[in-house]
Amino acid sequence: MIGGLFIYNHKGEVLISRVYRDDIGRNAVDAFRVNVIHARQQVRSPVTNIARTSFFHIKRSNIWLAAVTKQNVNAAMVFEFLHKMTDVMAAYFGKVTEENIKNNFVLIYEILDEILDFGYPQNTDTGILKTFITQQGVKTQSKEETSQITSQVTGQIGWRREGIKYRRNELFLDVLESVNLLMSPQGQVLSAHVAGRIIMKSYLSGMPECKFGINDKVLMESKGGKSGQDDGRGYVKSTSGTSSSGKTSIAIDDCQFHQCVKLSKFETEHSISFIPPDGEFELMRYRTTKDISLPFRIIPLVREVGRQKMEVKVVVKSNFKPSLLAQKVEVRIPTPLNTSGVQVICMKGKAKYKASENAIVWKIKRMGGMKECQLSAEIELLNTNDKRKWTRPPISMNFEVPFAPSGFKVRYLKVFEPKLNYSDHDVIKWVRYIGRSGLYETRC
Amino acid sequence: MTDSKYFTTTKKGEIFELKAELNSDKKEKKKEAVKKVIASMTVGKDVSALFPDVVNCMQTDNLELKKLVYLYLMNYAKSQPDMAIMAVNTFVKDCEDSNPLIRALAVRTMGCIRVDKITEYLCEPLRKCLKDEDPYVRKTAAVCVAKLHDINAQLVEDQGFLDLLKDLLSDSNPMVVANAVAAISEIMDASPNAAQVLEMNSGTINKLLTALNECTEWGQVFILDSISNYTPKDEREAQSICERVTPRLAHANAAVVLSAVKVVMKLMEMLDTSGDYVSSLVKKLAPPLVTLLSAEPEIQYVALRNINLIVQKRSDILKNEMKVFFVKYNDPIYVKLEKLDIMIRLTSQSNIAQVLAELKEYATEVDVDFVRKSVRAIGRCAIKVEPAAERCVSTLLDLIQTKVNYVVQEAIVVIKDIFRKYPNKYESIIATLCENLDTLDEPEARASMIWIIGEYAERIDNADELLESFLEGFQDENTQVQLQLLTAIVKLFLKRPTDTQELVQQVLSLSTQDSDNPDLRDRGYIYWRLLSTDPAAAKEVVLAEKPLISEETDLIEPTLLDELICHISSLASVYHKPPNAFVEGRGGQRRVLPAKSQQEGTVEEMSAPTETTQQPPQPTTVIPGADSLIGDLLDIDLGPGPSMMQQQMYPQQPPVQTQASGGGGGMDIFGEGLDNLLGGGPSGGDMLGGLGDIFGMPQSQSYIPPQEVWLPAPKGKGMEITGTFARKNNQINMELTFTNKAMQPMTGFAIQFNKNSFGLMPAQVLNIRSPLPPNQSASTSLPLNTTGPIQKMEPLTLLQVAIKNNIDVFYLSTQVPLHVLFAEDGEMEKKIFLATWKDIPASNEVQYTINNDQHSADTVSQKLRNNNVFTIAKRNVEGQDMLYQSLKLTNGIWVLAELKIQPSNPTFVLSLKSRAVDVYEAVRQVYVNILHN
Repeated sequence: MIGGLFIYNHKGEVLISRVYRDDIGRNAVDAFRVNVIHARQQVRSPVTNIARTSFFHIKRSNIWLAAVTKQNVNAAMVFEFLHKMTDVMAAYFGKVTEENIKNNFVLIYEILDEILDFGYPQNTDTGILKTFITQQGVKTQSKEETSQITSQVTGQIGWRREGIKYRRNELFLDVLESVNLLMSPQGQVLSAHVAGRIIMKSYLSGMPECKFGINDKVLMESKGGKSGQDDGRGYVKSTSGTSSSGKTSIAIDDCQFHQCVKLSKFETEHSISFIPPDGEFELMRYRTTKDISLPFRIIPLVREVGRQKMEVKVVVKSNFKPSLLAQKVEVRIPTPLNTSGVQVICMKGKAKYKASENAIVWKIKRMGGMKECQLSAEIELLNTNDKRKWTRPPISMNFEVPFAPSGFKVRYLKVFEPKLNYSDHDVIKWVRYIGRSGLYETRC
Repeated sequence: MTDSKYFTTTKKGEIFELKAELNSDKKEKKKEAVKKVIASMTVGKDVSALFPDVVNCMQTDNLELKKLVYLYLMNYAKSQPDMAIMAVNTFVKDCEDSNPLIRALAVRTMGCIRVDKITEYLCEPLRKCLKDEDPYVRKTAAVCVAKLHDINAQLVEDQGFLDLLKDLLSDSNPMVVANAVAAISEIMDASPNAAQVLEMNSGTINKLLTALNECTEWGQVFILDSISNYTPKDEREAQSICERVTPRLAHANAAVVLSAVKVVMKLMEMLDTSGDYVSSLVKKLAPPLVTLLSAEPEIQYVALRNINLIVQKRSDILKNEMKVFFVKYNDPIYVKLEKLDIMIRLTSQSNIAQVLAELKEYATEVDVDFVRKSVRAIGRCAIKVEPAAERCVSTLLDLIQTKVNYVVQEAIVVIKDIFRKYPNKYESIIATLCENLDTLDEPEARASMIWIIGEYAERIDNADELLESFLEGFQDENTQVQLQLLTAIVKLFLKRPTDTQELVQQVLSLSTQDSDNPDLRDRGYIYWRLLSTDPAAAKEVVLAEKPLISEETDLIEPTLLDELICHISSLASVYHKPPNAFVEGRGGQRRVLPAKSQQEGTVEEMSAPTETTQQPPQPTTVIPGADSLIGDLLDIDLGPGPSMMQQQMYPQQPPVQTQASGGGGGMDIFGEGLDNLLGGGPSGGDMLGGLGDIFGMPQSQSYIPPQEVWLPAPKGKGMEITGTFARKNNQINMELTFTNKAMQPMTGFAIQFNKNSFGLMPAQVLNIRSPLPPNQSASTSLPLNTTGPIQKMEPLTLLQVAIKNNIDVFYLSTQVPLHVLFAEDGEMEKKIFLATWKDIPASNEVQYTINNDQHSADTVSQKLRNNNVFTIAKRNVEGQDMLYQSLKLTNGIWVLAELKIQPSNPTFVLSLKSRAVDVYEAVRQVYVNILHN
């Protein structure tokens, strides 16, 4: 298991060092600094073996987190744990920076003591941790309180405490999709997939059982849909039961659930049921590859005119309902390293050549569906004696659209709380769909 | 709160200041001081001098302060063991605290203080905590058992903690179960004694599977990893475990998913591959694996390394998922390189066009390593997918035109491989390659280019000039290039002897006289002698046809692959190395995939070290098997034996493969020579039969059952053993054929028998060709004697054998056909026969019917006679032939038989009488086999 955990700043100075196992000596701290942090260019793997000691590292901005072991540990678990560790730290004190780590080092040691025992990860749920690891120092706790804490930390429903009460029972569902695309210059889709996440914010009393219905081909037993009114923030108020069939079902390649979802029930009954944590959490992740409606298409045209000039023409086409509006549209056109000057003309939005990023950045604040915009640019090049040809990186795009490009739909979310006197109908539910660009690239 | 100030105190004399502050009366000041101490500790300063002062702060009801002091203790207790004792009382007291958080904290910390004296005090509190009413304390105590075991394994075993730990597997709280499992797995890995106590059975596995649904994500990982070490007793159990594990494939935590994949991959080995269930499992595995590729890059990396193994084991799982392995521009380099590897593994004729287009794209990227690997990948595609070879070659040519130095060099290296796979097909491009001669500065590329020139010297007009140009800087070249240059020039000379004599002499003298590299020198001398003694032979050797290179040269060796599959998700699977290659000390048991059919556990007792049978060092490297061969030749009794044996020994000796395997070739020649000596090739047997006749030996041979597979290759880690038994000239022989189906040569063969009913044991060491190269087989005849230890087996003829090679020790069991144990002196005198027949009680008589193969009484009697079953008398009663026969086993047991043959009846009736009734069944079997042969 994990033998030790170190946190370094960008210079390789140790900020936190916690050793769990006897086989990890103090020299391990230095070994990692010397062989990995100070030799940045040569290290080409997140796992490094130095003198029979294995180091797993991740980097957040300029903070290095390293887990050390001499055993044959579960590597996926170590990385999952390191990522979870940064999440926990972020939940306690915001951004993981050198400053914040130094300011909270006592707290971090306390957390590390709790979530890793002899190198075995323990409960890492921030909601639970916050109930008994506080910066105030727990002095007086009644017997009931402590036993409630311990039963939560170890309990079957480790992610929710008993006795939560809200006057207004309300829940929010965000369907966040990121569309990934790789397209050839000729417009052929080389690969495309949607990675979706469902973020739920629940403000519900008691221990509510939820049942979640989506338009997945496999999960659809009965037809259903959703309708409602817009609340102005993009949320649509959803009332379960009303059916208006919009899009047909979609094929989800794979999905993953928050640990609150009863997986065995999903496997056998194809139903998504769970008792949600209080507040915000990621209920589900999914991936689709079929029938994705790609919101934008880029048509590039790059022409090298002699050795000192290049002409670029880029057309962006939006491909969704004209009534919808895309926001934060940004097209990034890479330019050669020896660019000396660029003239850009575009009909819509603003385009600028950014020398520091070696790219023309073209921003369009809003763009309706079924529209077309064009940019043309002349790039002047310096004479270089660099023999190597410039390899054109792909043109990438960012955007945000108010629908789910995969066609994903929430059909219902039913809430049952048998012990308290509120029913499914009393819960106010909101659903919002946002499609964002993931890696959305067109080769040119 | 700004704790960062504690990091900045670097004044001199700070230890003294801290000391004063630690002993301050004010609580706040104390706490501040402890924080400073911890901060100093973190940055690596030695603050052990403050030990007594810090420990003094331990007695506090402030939990935060307490935790800090404990942290200090864990770091320094070992360096101050005597002082650490001071803390014991507080620990013991804390273990009794009413607050479960404090009880757990105390037991958790105590386990981390690795001081023997403290360990003694830990036992009692730990025992209590393992039975604590609070699950939080129990889950902490469970891990503490593992800590204690790490410090003092004996203590844990003596104090009965293992049983207490085992009890926790039935705990009502899932997290307690998970931590107990984690502790158990670790203890089992470390100590074989404990492993016996903690052995999992289907009951405990069932409990784990129940807890799996309810515990934290980490707990699920512990449980799944532990289940993956369990081998179900049958297929049904394997399937039911799979069914309960597959829902985990949808978990958000990648470690849970990969551990579930591991369990499924392992158990699939036990399932019927043709069944629907396996194909549904295969379908279920692909999506979660693909999903892992959208996780954080570090997790992607782990996933890709594992996918690399999985596609080698079961290529069908991801065969349709090529696109997800396409490289993204922003992928970290380690992800890119891994994806490339998997792309090549998944390449097939159906997707080659897409793959090639991608690879060509990658070859223009920035990262040098990645570009090189992409170019290499194009070459591998050409070798793997024959119809696409031409397109690959033209893609490579395009890349050579870019003139990017490292691209060109890499392309030339792979083109050499393509030439080796498809000789005489793409020579038209040689001219283009030659244009780039000057730019090559890497040894591998230079050597490849030289190889191409030498190989195709007859088509390159100025080959001599080109090679001569390389020769100028011969001394400065890398060995690889020197060797290649030597060979290439010799090839050129053999092809165009007239105008290259000077060149060849130059290179020969350079490599033999001016070089101190023994490899180079020796190769030079060999060529020189070959050329000077027999140029024709030199031509045959040097210009011999080369074996084609195989498509998958980088596959992981199957036995290693199987082991790594058992370690999916672990570091071993990331490194692609077995754990003992990077984990120190405790060499845990090697994991192997479960076999489809379960083996009987009877061979256990014979796992005694095989040292005794280890082949003694042989000073002369004689051809294996020659000893026994010569031994038999010297034996005057020229029975049918020797030639028989010889055919056995060299049955399918593969033709000489390369220059390198000269040794094997020599043996072959020798073998044939001997054959000729004995009377001409394959027909030697008959000839000798004739000779045998002259010496008064019976015409035909004793019955030898056909060779059977005793050890299939998958079980033998690539070594397949077939064998049978034969009896010749009063000598029992075990005929063995070893086939190496692994990827590495095998060496160090040895054999040993377990105690058996007839005391069989090898009469000499196992003589077998060693090393045995991959894809070759070797046969041998192992003489046996019957002077070994005796133990009655069930069935009687069961023989358990241990065979060792450099890879492992393998156990197999087989049945000895009883007739090889029939002694030559088994002919009883008629009188004695009659007396004995009467003497043996009738209750010992057993009758069998045997199907008749239409043999006459005479042929029957002849056939049996050849196998030392002697016919003593023959009578004809009412048209029935009655044969009275006797035989004697090597251990002196006599068996008498009466065989009734009715011409019209298709069955024989066999009556047996012996004092040892146990042998009847085996004797009957012998009759059946011999008569039906």
